[in-house]
Amino acid sequence: MTSIAKPPVRHPSARLNGLGLALRDYEGAMSTLCAGCGHDSVTAALVQACWELDLPPHRAAKMSGIGCSSKTTAYFLKQSHGFNSVHGRMPSVTSGAAAANRGLICIGISGDGDSLSIGLGQLSHAIRRNVDMLYVLENNGVYGLTKGQFSASADLGSRSKRGEANEQAPIDPVLLALALGATFVARSFSGDKQQLVPILKAGLAHKGLALIDVISPCVSFNDHEGSTKSYAFTRAHEVEAVHADFIPLRHAITVGEGSEPVQVVQLHDGSSVRLRPTADDYDPTDRDSAYAHVRGCQARGEIATGLLFVDETGKDMHDFLHTVETPLIDLPYEQLCPGAAAMDDLMSRYR
Amino acid sequence: MNGRNDFAVRIGTVNGTGSASANGLLMQAIFRMGVPVSGKNIFPSNIQGLPTWYEIRVSGAGWTARPSAIDLVVALNPATHAQDVALVRPGGVLLYDSTWPLDAALHRDDITILGIPFGQLCVQAFERDRDRTLLRNICYAGALAALLDLELGVIETLLTETYGKKPHLLAANHTAMQMGYDAAQRLGVCPLPFHVARMDRTGDAILIDGNTACALGALYAGATVGAWYPITPATSLMEAFKSFCERYRIDPVTKRHRYAILQAEDELAAAGIVIGAGWAGARAFTNTSGPGISLMQEFIGLAYYTDIPAVFFDVQRCGPATGMPTRTQQADLLSLAYASHGDTKHIVLFPADPRECFELAVQAFDLAERFQTPVFVASDLDIGMNDWMVPRFTWDDSYRPDRGKVLDAEALERIQKFSRYRDADGDGIAARTLPGLGGKGAYFVRGSGHDQHAGYTEDAAAYQEVVDRLARKIAGAATAAPAPVLTAHGPAPAEIGLITIGGCDEAVREAAAMLDAQGHAVDVLRVRAFPFHADVQRFIDSHDTVCVVEQNRDAQLRALLAVELGVPRDRMHAILDYGGLPLTAQVVVDAVLALGAGVAA
Repeated sequence: MTSIAKPPVRHPSARLNGLGLALRDYEGAMSTLCAGCGHDSVTAALVQACWELDLPPHRAAKMSGIGCSSKTTAYFLKQSHGFNSVHGRMPSVTSGAAAANRGLICIGISGDGDSLSIGLGQLSHAIRRNVDMLYVLENNGVYGLTKGQFSASADLGSRSKRGEANEQAPIDPVLLALALGATFVARSFSGDKQQLVPILKAGLAHKGLALIDVISPCVSFNDHEGSTKSYAFTRAHEVEAVHADFIPLRHAITVGEGSEPVQVVQLHDGSSVRLRPTADDYDPTDRDSAYAHVRGCQARGEIATGLLFVDETGKDMHDFLHTVETPLIDLPYEQLCPGAAAMDDLMSRYR
Repeated sequence: MNGRNDFAVRIGTVNGTGSASANGLLMQAIFRMGVPVSGKNIFPSNIQGLPTWYEIRVSGAGWTARPSAIDLVVALNPATHAQDVALVRPGGVLLYDSTWPLDAALHRDDITILGIPFGQLCVQAFERDRDRTLLRNICYAGALAALLDLELGVIETLLTETYGKKPHLLAANHTAMQMGYDAAQRLGVCPLPFHVARMDRTGDAILIDGNTACALGALYAGATVGAWYPITPATSLMEAFKSFCERYRIDPVTKRHRYAILQAEDELAAAGIVIGAGWAGARAFTNTSGPGISLMQEFIGLAYYTDIPAVFFDVQRCGPATGMPTRTQQADLLSLAYASHGDTKHIVLFPADPRECFELAVQAFDLAERFQTPVFVASDLDIGMNDWMVPRFTWDDSYRPDRGKVLDAEALERIQKFSRYRDADGDGIAARTLPGLGGKGAYFVRGSGHDQHAGYTEDAAAYQEVVDRLARKIAGAATAAPAPVLTAHGPAPAEIGLITIGGCDEAVREAAAMLDAQGHAVDVLRVRAFPFHADVQRFIDSHDTVCVVEQNRDAQLRALLAVELGVPRDRMHAILDYGGLPLTAQVVVDAVLALGAGVAA
C-alpha cells in the first residue's frame, strides 16, 4: 500500500459544481487496491456524490478502521482530513471527533471484517448513539488483506476460493441496524452506480447515522463460482425494494414524476429524498415492513437493495448530549473555566 | 499515638447500612475543631451485607497517612468481632454494640472493653426498621463524641447543615446522637485519655477526595469531552465532572451543554472517543482503572504514534485481572510507562494527594497538547476515593491553556507546504492542523508506517525518522513535567535516601521524621513524573543508601529507575507494600531499620 498522488491537472472543459470545483477536486490518491475491486467503484460513487452535493471538502472528515475498505479513505477527498485508525474502532474515533466538532461531515468507511467481527460492538453502539455520520460498509464476505478467510457476513454455503463451504450463519448489517434502531438503512451494490450515488447523497444529508451496506465483490478472493458475494451472483439476485432519488435543497421538488407512486422524505438540511418503491406495498418509513422485506428476500435467495428504511425524526448524538450549537472546539476558554471567584466559593463546600 | 490529638479510631460495620454519613460527620466535626484529621474507608467490593471499616486518624502534628496502630476500635459487626478485638493496640479501648454478646473467648486483659447497646437503644427509640438501622450509626457517632470530647455544638451545626431542610430527619438524628452521647457518659470514662482538643490548624484546609479534585482540574483546564466506562475506583471522577459541568457549563440562555460526556460501551471505545476528540481539537479525557488501561493499549499506541493529545486518569486498584477492586495499589506503573505494543514511552504524572490531583490534572492537559501525546495521571484508590485534608485549591485567572503547535488558516498561509510530522523546531514536536481546516492543511492520520509528510511508507529511513522524533519528543518532556519534590534532612545529603511515589508520600515523610527521632538522617525524594527529571539521577548518585518505597509486588518504580537511568537494580533497596491498604509509616521505618548495617546511627 504505497501512496501514489495523482497529478493535479484539471481539464479546462471539466464541469464545475456549485462551489466551482471539478470532480477531480474530490478525488484522492491513486488506489492501490486490486484491479476491478468493488471498493474502487464505491470510491468513485462517493466522489460523484460529494461533487454533486457541493460538499465543502474542508468540512469532511474521512474515518476508517483497518482493512481493504478502510484504505479507501485515502482515495477520495484529498483536501479533507482523514483518520485511518485501528481495526474495528472507527465508530468510536468518529464519535469523539463528532462530539468535539459538530460542524464536521463525518464519512466513515468500513468493511465486513472491520464492522461485523472485530468492530461489531462499536458499530452497534454508534448506531445506538446515532452519531451524525455516513457509515459505508463495503461488504465482500471475505478477509482480503489476509488472503481469503471467511468474514462474518459470508452466507451459509458460500464457498471460499479453496472450495470450503461456510457453515456459520452470517451477520446481516441491514437486519442488525434495523433491529438496533438505526434511522437510515440502505443496501446497494458497487456495480450499480445509478442506485448507489443517490443513496450516498441522501445518507450524507441524513441527520444521524446512515448505514449503507454495499455489496462490493473482492475480485481476488471472492468473485468465483460458488461465492454469494461475487459480481455475477449479486447481479443475478439483487432485488431493489425502493429506488431513491436525492433532491438537493435548491431544486424544486416535483412529486409524482412518471406513473409510480413516490414518497418524499424531507431531510434535516432541507433537501429531500424521493423514494420509489419497486415492490408492492413497500413503506420505507416503516421499520417492521423493512425488516420483513429483507427477511423475505433472504428466504427467497434474493438480496434486498435500495433505501430500505429512513426516519428523519430521530434524535442524534448531539440531541442526546444536549450540546450547544457551536462546536465544542470553538467555545472560548472563558466559557469553559469557572474562574478564581467560583473556586473560592466552591471550596466552602469542602469545609 | 495515645494522647490528646494524636490517636486513631477504627469503626467496623456492615456495608450498605449507612455508616458512611456517620463516619463523615465525625471526620468533619474533628476538622472543624481545627484538628488535622484523615479518614480511610476500607470497604468491600459489594453493595450490601459485607464487613466494612473506616479508620479515622487525628494528628495535631498534621500527619495524615494511614495510622500504624489503632487506639479505639468500635465493633458494630459481630461477624468481625475476632479481628476487631485483635486490632486494638495494647492499652487501647474496644467499644462494641452490647445488644449482641461479645464471645468470652475474645476478651483481652490488656485493653479496656466498653459496651453500649446501640441496636437495642434504636429499637426502643424508633419505629421503622430503616430508621433503626440508619440511626444506629448516628447513635455510635454520639457515643464517640462523648468518648473523644467532640464539641456538641459543632456536631449540631453539621446535622443542621445536612438535615436542615427535613425537620423530622433532623429531630431523629438529634435524638440518636444524644442517646449515644448520654449512654457513653454513663460509662464513666469520658473523655478517654486520648481525645480531641480544639486547635487552629485546619483554617486553610479542605477535606476532599482525589477523584473530585481530578474532575475539577479537567473542568478548569477547559476539557470539553469526557468518555468513560464505569469502573471502581474511577467512577466518581466522571460523576464529579458531570456535576461540576451541570453547575458551570450550561449555556445560560439555551440551557444547552458546553461539554459532552459519553458513557461508552467499553474502555476501548472510551479511548477511541477521547482520541477522536483530541484529534479534532478538543481537550478530552477518560477515567479508568487497571483493567481499562489493559483494554486501551492498542489505542494508546495509536495516539502515541500519530501525535494525538489525550488525557487518561488511571485510578489504580489491586491487580492483576479483576484483582481487588476496592483496594489500593501502585501496580500499573510499568504498563502505563510503556503502554501498547512496539516502541512506546509515555508521560505519566503521579499526584500524591487531592490537591496535586487538581494541579497535575490541569498540567496533564497542557502537556498532552504541547507534546501531542497521551498523558496519564496515575492516581490510586486511596487518593481517589478517600477524603484527604489538603490546602484549599486556588486558581490563577491569568492561566491560559497551552494548546501547543496548532496551525490555523492564517499560519498555514505563511508556509509553502504543510508536512504533519516534520520536526521544524528540533524539539521533536511537529505542528498540527485540525480537521475542518482543509486545503493544504489536510493530512491523513494513519497508524500504519508513515513518513514526516504523513504519507504511507515502508521505507526504513523514513519510518525511523518518525519514531526517532517521537523518542526525542518524549525525552524532552522530562524537563517540562513536574519536577520531583525533595524533603531534605539538612543542607548536605543524608546517608539514607528514600525515593517514593504518589500516595506513599505522607507515610514516607512521617517515617523519615520517626527515623530522625531515632537518630537516623533521611532524605525523601518524591517522583512526580515519568520520564524522570534529572534531579532523580542526582538524588540517587548523592546517597549511599537508596530505598525505593512503592505499593506493588515487583518494585516497578525501581525497575523504571534502573531501565531509564541505568542505575544497577541492586544499588536500590526495594521497600514494598502491596496488600491493598494505604501505606503506614511503621512499615517504612521497620524496613529501613531492617537494612541494618548500612544505616547510620
